[in-house]
Amino acid sequence: MIPAQFDYVRPGSVAEACRELASDEDAKALAGGQSLLPFLRLRLAYPSKLVDIGRLAELKGVHERGDHVHIGALATHDEVMRSPVVNAGCPLVALAVAQVADPAIRHRGTFGGSLAHADPAGDLPAVALALDAVFVAASEQGEREIPAAAFFVDYLESSLRQGEILAGVRIPKLGAGWGFHYEKFHRTAQAWAIVGVAAAVRRSNGSIAEARIGLTNMGPTPVRAHAAEAALRGAELGDQVRRACAEAAAGTAPPADLHAQPDYRRHLAEVLTGRAVRAAAGAG
Amino acid sequence: MTVQEVGRARRRKEDAKLLTGRTQWTDNLSRPGVLHVMFLRSPMAHARISRIDVSGARDLPGVVAAFSGQDFAGEQGSLPCAWPVTEDIVIPEHPPMAVSEVRYVGEAVACVVATDRYRAADALEAIEVDYEPLPAVVDMRQALADDGPKVHEAGNKAFSMKLTSGDVEAAFRDAPVVIDRTYVQQRLIPSAMEPRAVLVDTDGEAFTIWSATQIPHVLRVMLAVVTGIPEHKLRVIAPDVGGGFGSKLQVTAEEVLLLLLARRLGKPVKWLETRSEGNLTVHHGRDQIQHVRLAADADGRIRALRVDLLADMGAYLMLLTPGVPTLGAQMCNAIYKMDAYEFACTGVFTTKMPTDAYRGAGRPEATFVIERVMDELAAEIGVDPVEVRRRNWIRHDEFPFTTISGLTYDSGNYEAATERALSLFGYDKLRAEQNDRRDRGDPVQLGIGVSTYTEMCGLAPSRLLGAANFGAGGWEHASVRMLATGKVEVATGTTPHGQGHVTAWSQIVADALGVPFEDVAVLHGDTAIVPKGMDTYGSRSLAVGGVAVVRACEKVRDKARRLAAHLMECSPDDLEFEAGTFTVRGTESRRTIQELANAAFTAHDLPDGVEARLDSDATFDPENFSFPHGTHLCAVEVDTETGMVRIRSYVAVDDIGKVINPLIVDGQLHGGIAQGIAQALFEEAVYDADGNLLTTTMADYLLPSAADLPDFALDRTESPATSNPLGVKGVGEAGTIASTPAVVNAVVDALRPRGVRDIQMPCTPERVWRALAAQEREGGQG
Repeated sequence: MIPAQFDYVRPGSVAEACRELASDEDAKALAGGQSLLPFLRLRLAYPSKLVDIGRLAELKGVHERGDHVHIGALATHDEVMRSPVVNAGCPLVALAVAQVADPAIRHRGTFGGSLAHADPAGDLPAVALALDAVFVAASEQGEREIPAAAFFVDYLESSLRQGEILAGVRIPKLGAGWGFHYEKFHRTAQAWAIVGVAAAVRRSNGSIAEARIGLTNMGPTPVRAHAAEAALRGAELGDQVRRACAEAAAGTAPPADLHAQPDYRRHLAEVLTGRAVRAAAGAG
Repeated sequence: MTVQEVGRARRRKEDAKLLTGRTQWTDNLSRPGVLHVMFLRSPMAHARISRIDVSGARDLPGVVAAFSGQDFAGEQGSLPCAWPVTEDIVIPEHPPMAVSEVRYVGEAVACVVATDRYRAADALEAIEVDYEPLPAVVDMRQALADDGPKVHEAGNKAFSMKLTSGDVEAAFRDAPVVIDRTYVQQRLIPSAMEPRAVLVDTDGEAFTIWSATQIPHVLRVMLAVVTGIPEHKLRVIAPDVGGGFGSKLQVTAEEVLLLLLARRLGKPVKWLETRSEGNLTVHHGRDQIQHVRLAADADGRIRALRVDLLADMGAYLMLLTPGVPTLGAQMCNAIYKMDAYEFACTGVFTTKMPTDAYRGAGRPEATFVIERVMDELAAEIGVDPVEVRRRNWIRHDEFPFTTISGLTYDSGNYEAATERALSLFGYDKLRAEQNDRRDRGDPVQLGIGVSTYTEMCGLAPSRLLGAANFGAGGWEHASVRMLATGKVEVATGTTPHGQGHVTAWSQIVADALGVPFEDVAVLHGDTAIVPKGMDTYGSRSLAVGGVAVVRACEKVRDKARRLAAHLMECSPDDLEFEAGTFTVRGTESRRTIQELANAAFTAHDLPDGVEARLDSDATFDPENFSFPHGTHLCAVEVDTETGMVRIRSYVAVDDIGKVINPLIVDGQLHGGIAQGIAQALFEEAVYDADGNLLTTTMADYLLPSAADLPDFALDRTESPATSNPLGVKGVGEAGTIASTPAVVNAVVDALRPRGVRDIQMPCTPERVWRALAAQEREGGQG
């Protein structure tokens, strides 16, 4: 379809971009455009101005930072997927990002853009939540850190304020002994997840010492499966894990849409969490 | 000796252009000063238009004009329905732009003409329309209830028809086995790669219409009839067209309105559909409720079949809307022998987008109903589904065979195709694995589905179309002309939009005239260049249009022979023709066909009665339909924990008669099977209770891509058609017709031990999971 009229600016620095966004509450930041452009074309959004941050070098790249990996907001999915730093330091991110959409979108879409879009059906929000990522927001006043648990506020709504740009995301490294898996359930290769499960699991002596589980598309925001995480602590692989994962959907409010009703999503969350945990624990 | 071209896997002449983007889609075309049109479409399924004001749009910058339906009420006519299938049919007025009442979401109510599309799109938002809501009619059964809301004043029944053959009541009486099932053919949205587009230019008197259409010839006639513009003032061009699948076998509101706008404004106008607009307003496909009853003996021999269809017409009858479901009358009995048969069909109006032809058009629906119920019969009597088919099908030594519904199948060999398919598939081994998984209680169950389909294509014998009350003939035309330099131009009345006619016709002509494949050009899709034609649909192009090419070549050859005999001073009977050269038998005296083409061009020395130029044309009208058939086998893995269905292997052995180009045939089957699988597992147009289409984007209307499909193992058997000299049958729809029931049969087969005997299409993971959950609640096994 055809977007309505808007102004377009391409600032030369993050500070300038923040100023543009701060001065106009109807302005929108444009990065890879993979979510924003469809909204414009379907006339679901009528921004007054697009602030194109796509060429700002400060927001690019993937960086090794000792205890964490810093992923610049403008790093493309493809770049993140192939990054040795990501694959070594936070393999769950690499596993999940490889399942985002299709190769064309992965080459244009950005890591920061898909997180800032805060779509609970996106694959990366649940991963960032499971890994306790830290979001770095830039504004004219400087930088501010937002823990993942505080970043996702509601459907398509983050805690970024007017005049703030997501500059990058810090993914803490979990160290040795952890295994990872992202289980995406979707009907066609290019479709959004009906439900997705991001699992990080630390094993100790044949049982699960610690598990972190983020759920995709199980509510208006990505959610942690806290009940299952608690139940998994100390669980032995087999029946104990199965019983623990049966609590994966506890407290969730999954959406109803053409692809699934809430009860089916809850069922899927339980089954898929079991699969994700077993795979992350190296138990196939 | 040249290599025979027919039968070679020639790469398509079309593809270099397509793959390098040097195409002429309608949207690539423009005219100086062209204006852009966009339509305002109804957001209501059913409403009276109480007020409409376009003046706000007219005042905006760049807007040249804005019109409501009222502005064209006197001249826009009614969109045509060319197939009034019964005497009782109700054909409501169908204004291209709604005037006083809208009957589906997406119906055009106003339009804006502007200097660019952006301004036109903005201006649409300035048009004011007041709607008085009327009740939506979404459900076919409710639509037929006596006191329900009406779509049209005359009521919601469009027509009803019945075909009975044999004593059905007697056959059902005391039958040891009776199967009674109801199936739903969901509504589908044809999704051609190229959206619709129309460009119209005028010199003030005559009009040229470029449209992404399958039917430029039919469209020209219909535009003349609808608008009253004389036919000889209309030229219709279908440039490169990116797929149709029946959706461009239509005379659309937009085509009529663009023509009228060009006339009103005296300027070129252009419209390009957006994808969401297309989901709403490209005619939809399928949408039937199928009640089927089958009576059989204890050993599975069919006594009688009774099929009763409700077919959703949508809000209006478009070009072939009522004809599509009624094609099932001749097809539900399929390849099987039986004592009695009854087919009934009721067309129902609803406040939804009209339905019409979509790849297979009536035949996928018919094949589904019979092939699904054959599996139910097999399960009921405890016999393998392949065996129950074998006990009922027409044996190869029984052809030609006149079926219970009255068609005469000229050729076929169901035994051979099935044996080949079973062997390629590894049927016995997969059955063993299936049993093993069942015994183990594996959460991933294996299902095997078979479909032994036939179809009628090669549309169509004109006399039979006349008998069916169809508004046109089924002939096809070709003109073959050798140029002065010995090259060949073929003008075909078929209108390829992805089928590869340029390549296939070149192969046919190369053999018929003994000229190189590269020396043949094929022209099509322009009523000024190819004045006669009936276009492309219904797997007709090769079986009818290809034969016209052969006939035209024969005439060219005959003319060349007379000329050669004259020039070499012998009797035509003394000439041998081989590899493009006439030789006087037993001598060295010869003339190539290229030399003769030049001699016919110079015309210096022609025999009496032979006109200049080596060319001819021919029109072919088939004496019968053609009947491709085949056996498709599908193995699926069903994850019983999530309901997910994955196709593990797929085998198709098709008998489409003689093959001109096996590469094109494989391509047609790949795409066709994919489209049939798409109906079985993925696609569904969903309307809510208020008549709003919920699947307006590809995020909601799921099309599978290559990543979602298995490799297809293809093979062929060959029983040449006897109804045409090429022995060809047609392959454009076979894959789609065959594959849907094969896949659903496989899904049900996987779950049958757990008590499941049907999953409504598409067999989504959620539906599979719910079916299993329902059986568990009812205390079924597993």
